[in-house]
Amino acid sequence: MSTETTDLPPFPGAHNARCPFDPPTEYTDWRKSAGLRRAVWKDIPVWVVSRHEDIRTALADPRISADMGELQSFVGFDNPPPMFPRMDDPEHARLRRMLTKDFTVKRINAMRPEIQKMAHEFIDQMISKGQPADLVRDYALPIPSLVISLMLGVPYADHEFFQQHSTTMSTTNATKEERGKATLAQFGYLQELVARKETEPGDDLISRVLREHVETGELDRMTLVINGILLLFAGHETTANSIALGTLALLRNPDQAARIRETDDPAAAVEELLRYLTIVHALVARVAKEDVEIAGQRIRAGEVLLMNLPAGNRDKAFVSDPDTLDLDRNARGHVAFGYGIHQCLGQTLARAEMEIALSVLLRRLPDLRLAVPFEELNFRHDMNIYGVHELPVAW
Amino acid sequence: MKVTVNADKCVAAGQCVLLAPEVFDQREEDGIVVLLDDAPPSELHATARESAMVCPASAIDTVEE
Repeated sequence: MSTETTDLPPFPGAHNARCPFDPPTEYTDWRKSAGLRRAVWKDIPVWVVSRHEDIRTALADPRISADMGELQSFVGFDNPPPMFPRMDDPEHARLRRMLTKDFTVKRINAMRPEIQKMAHEFIDQMISKGQPADLVRDYALPIPSLVISLMLGVPYADHEFFQQHSTTMSTTNATKEERGKATLAQFGYLQELVARKETEPGDDLISRVLREHVETGELDRMTLVINGILLLFAGHETTANSIALGTLALLRNPDQAARIRETDDPAAAVEELLRYLTIVHALVARVAKEDVEIAGQRIRAGEVLLMNLPAGNRDKAFVSDPDTLDLDRNARGHVAFGYGIHQCLGQTLARAEMEIALSVLLRRLPDLRLAVPFEELNFRHDMNIYGVHELPVAW
Repeated sequence: MKVTVNADKCVAAGQCVLLAPEVFDQREEDGIVVLLDDAPPSELHATARESAMVCPASAIDTVEE
């Protein structure tokens, strides 16, 4: 580590074990100091953007690039093909628009009955296995895994394979070799799958992109494969943790759980859970392409910015009483899905999955409770996506 | 109120359709915004304004008349 970084605090910091839903105090305090806070991320000095409005400003600025090069690419490749979240416009828009068709509000709404059915089936299975159960393994993870498998055309029978490699890829203290191995395994798997779909296409995203964009010569096969890995990963890790951590937050706030149980439209409640939980802590990184000024802070070309999304979503300038979970409030405009041209492609799907998973769970199991003391829960401080490793429950 | 959209800027996040489905829709082929009503009735002004506010790509503008 260079002398420049030795006196700087690391980003992100660990959540306080006693307040696992709240971002560490010292990191939210960074909202109060003028300009931006200097910290260390991946051994390099970075600017941390912590205020809600500053995050929006930075993420909307075309002079700030999402192309982080080797700092945020899949390891294990010499010349990795581009992933759309790490590209800038116009190349980014071109690729993203090849994928958006499957994530429109209409398409996702059409999937709701099927997701609802899955939620009931996973609960049936969990009940028949008996209590206590691990809600992560038996409910929160299977629902989004099955949904994204069906959408992409990945056989769900292989879910343990991709879940296991996705876990390795998102473990912050995994070695470069371990992550490289997991990525290559996923790559090989997806490559075979894509080859299979060229001869036996299905009614799924990969077959569609092959037909509409690869066969026409617009997109190369490698780029589809690498972005397929990304969709598979982002499609289950994030929502699974939101469902599990959201359930825990509701078990800790029974009056709020009752609101979800009693309403037929939990959309606003889910919006507030997304704001309150903000499970992405240190993944939204950018690099200045030229000298820019954010929050009065001069940032030089080549310097890196990290978006402190949890702090931004707990900003009093955005919502009042930000550390309280209040499902009645209007939390729209939060930055849990990021902001700017890279805002989460799958956000409509994630919202639908959370609404359905939480409503079905709380209605089917009205006496749902933690099966271990809260203090014994193992939070995902060691992962890129925050949540709980296991959530033992009884009912 | 006058509503305008910029399809070139749109990233198909879909929040406007969730908020104000009477005013906004998405193209079937790529999810890009379609303006259904450029002069929505007053009861839809609040959600149209909010759609502009939350749009991640600043692809929606509302002008009060």
